[in-house]
Formats: sequence, C-alpha cells, structure tokens
Amino acid sequence: MRPLGYTRVSTVDTAVAAVGADATSTFLAGGTTEVDLIRLGVSRPDVLVDINSLPLKEIAYTNDGGLRIGALARMSDVARSPEVTYNFPALSQSLLLGASEQLRNMASMGGNLCQRTRCAYFRDAVSPCNKREPGTGCSALDGLNRGHAVLGTSEQCIATHPSDAGVAMVAFDAIVHTVGPSGARSIPIDDFYLLPGASPDVEHPLEHGELIVGIEVPPAPSARRSLYLKFRDRQSYEFALVSVAAAIEVREGRVADVRLALGGVGTKPWRARRAEVALTGGPATPQAFANAAAHELEPASPRRYNAFKVPMAQRAMVRALTRAMNGGA
Amino acid sequence: MSMRVNGDLHEIGLEPRVSLLDALRDHLGLTGSKKGCDQGTCGACTVWVQGRPVLACLTLAVACEDREITTIEGIAPADGLHPVQRAFIEHDAFQCGYCTSGQIMSAVALLRDGGAETDDEIAEYMSGNICRCAAYPNIRAAIREVRDADLETSGRA
Repeated sequence: MRPLGYTRVSTVDTAVAAVGADATSTFLAGGTTEVDLIRLGVSRPDVLVDINSLPLKEIAYTNDGGLRIGALARMSDVARSPEVTYNFPALSQSLLLGASEQLRNMASMGGNLCQRTRCAYFRDAVSPCNKREPGTGCSALDGLNRGHAVLGTSEQCIATHPSDAGVAMVAFDAIVHTVGPSGARSIPIDDFYLLPGASPDVEHPLEHGELIVGIEVPPAPSARRSLYLKFRDRQSYEFALVSVAAAIEVREGRVADVRLALGGVGTKPWRARRAEVALTGGPATPQAFANAAAHELEPASPRRYNAFKVPMAQRAMVRALTRAMNGGA
Repeated sequence: MSMRVNGDLHEIGLEPRVSLLDALRDHLGLTGSKKGCDQGTCGACTVWVQGRPVLACLTLAVACEDREITTIEGIAPADGLHPVQRAFIEHDAFQCGYCTSGQIMSAVALLRDGGAETDDEIAEYMSGNICRCAAYPNIRAAIREVRDADLETSGRA
C-alpha cells in the first residue's frame, strides 16, 4: 500500500503554501469524494492537507442581499439556513435532493462544486478514460452510456458533472472566490467549469494549490420563487438523470427575467442560455416554454443509451418553468 | 493521535489512510458499526462526529483528532437500551440486523433534531441507510412510535 501523508492546517495561507509547494499533495475537506477515490485508486495523492479547521464556514447575506457561503460550510447547514431557504429556494432544494443526510453533514460546499464525475469508467481505475489518464480513450462513447451527457460533449469525454448545487449556482451566476499561490481571484461559476474538449482531465481553471475559500451568490429578483426539480431512477439518494434549476419573472404576460440550468445532461452544470435568450421578452406560455426547451437541446449529441435524456430534459424544463411561474414548489 | 469515543479518550497510532470505521472496529474493538460497502453508499457505518451522523468509512480517523465520536455503543444508558433500540425490537425493524446500528444512529439523530413529522420526511432523512432485507416499513414504524412517545412526554400531543 502506498504511504499517505497527512497534515492539518489552520490558516488559508499555510494551506495554499503546503499544497502549492508539493505537486503530489491535495486538499482534504469533507472527504466524501477524495477518500472514496483514493480507496478506488483513482486519486493518488502522497499528502493530504486537511483544511477542515480553516474559518471558512460562514453563511450570510451580503450587503446587497446576495449570499456569501464559506467553502467549508456543510451542505446540510447551507440547505437549512434561513438565508438560503427564503431567498434562494432552488439552492436549498438542490442540496437537499443531493446525497444522503450523512454525506450532506460531511461534504463541504467548495468540495461539492469540485466533485468528480460518477462515470463508471472513470471510477473503475482500469478502463481507458481520458479524464483519468489522458490519451487512453473514452470507454463511454460506445459503452454503457445511459447516464452520460448529451450537451457539451467531445470525442474525448461524455461524462456528466454530478453536482446538484452546482446547477443552482450556475443558474444564479455565482462567483467562486479562490486564494492560490498567485494570490486571490474571483471566477464566475460558468467559467469555473470547463468543457471537456480535448483535455477532459482539466475540469477547472484552478492552478495547483489554489483553494476555493467562498462562493458568492448575487441577488436576483426571481430567485425567491426559484425551484429545483430532479428526476432520477430512485426517489431519493441518487444522481440526476435530468435536473432543472429554474426561476422566472413574468410581467404583463411577458418573460422579464429567466434563469434556467440543467443537471445530468451536460458535461458541466449547464446554463440553458439558448432557452433563456429565446424566452426573454416573449410570451410566458407552455408553447413558448416548449419551443425554448427544444431550442436548448438542438445541439445535443445523444449516444446509444442516453437519447432519452433529450426529450426528458425538454419536458423537465417546461415543467420547471410552469411551476416557477405559478409560485414555485 | 488521541480520539474521544463515547466520552472515553483513546491514544492510538494510525496510518493516515485508516478510516474512522476501521479504527473503531479493528483498533478500539467497537464492532457495533458495520462495514457494508466501504464506499459511502450503504450507511451501515453511520456514527456521529460532533453529534452529527456521518459515514465512518469515508472519514479518515486521523482527521477526527479533537472531535467527539459517538457510536452505537455510546447511545444507550449503562443499564438498558435506548428508546429507539427498544422500538426497533418491538417493531421487528430488521431481519439480518447488519444495517441496524447505522439505522439507529440516523434515527436517533432525526428524532433529536426534528423533521420526522411525515413518513415521507422519515424516508427522505433515512435514505442514506440501505436495508437489503427491506425492513423499511418497520423501521419507519419504530421511528414513529418514539416520535409520538416523545410528543406525549413533552406535552405537545
């Protein structure tokens, strides 16, 4: 068995310095992904730098009515905090519909955004997989790809991103705050997730040793009536086949503002911009919703077993928009 | 490292790779927490860290230094059973019993924290504890009974 080093740090600067100085080290937060992948042999760090003692657990309103969530706030705490349930219900729902209570108590928000895919070929540590071992090929392209992505895919990778909260965050234009060896920066969440393209092993623009310290969710008038719908093989404790975060504001029958993001169908939490553009300024009718949803899925590239996701995502979007328009829930 | 389990402080030497579950079972002899999947799926290893249900298989023991651990061995009074344990027996809330300690650790936390008003709420909260014998209706019945008894004793019924 390979030896594994462990160190616990108490400040952001020492955490960043520790990981930044050692290419074989990585951060340990809740561990729900990292410990799992170490045991599977998929992740092979030599040293874990435990950041759980860092003071990054706040959940608070910002001055303008948005949210600031510390990277180490636990999913369960964020899901149930009044700030989130009241002003950003889709975020609360996405967290409560993700994982189990035990995992939600463990998993950090920063870690949640950085979850690795559940693609079985990535996780088995032996199949060809460009995400795990660049250049080896993608076993999912012609393999068992029922759970895989239809949007944002490449010939190198069709793995979905598993985060539910990431979908709500993408809908709300969240900003990821980081501190790294080169200093602090803020990354719009849509840029925080990279499409697989020719390098599916690179999922984020973070440099080695760059740590997420917080997530900011800007205020949005429609967010208070937002919702998150999730469709899956089981009623609970399962990853999404299709999920939708939706918020819509209608004035005099016309769409004034709309936020739509999809989970389970994209290689990253998928902001449905094509649908948003099609809807904005137009009538808020079931037909308009259906047309916009179809427009969003036009670029889809389904494979042998996941073609069902194309109509399923469209119907899910229509349902989510209809419910959001009627006051949520 | 030192680890506090069920109120007792233990000094043990562990590789960083060792899970909290293996530390409890193999190093401290606390075998009530079970190893089912060892990958965070089944919930048989559910224990509390700082009073909150977590999966001991995905928790590194070394990360629990200075944390308070509670296992199934620590929830009952010295002279008997916890009310949830009694209710599980009464309602036949298990067959093989392998998942039971994890089920009970989740159930006690649920009843303590509230949010077990409906069967749907109970099922959702308990969804991280898989029972291959499918004793789910009986598990819910046991939880309902303790919930209702708590309501009576606190005069809120």
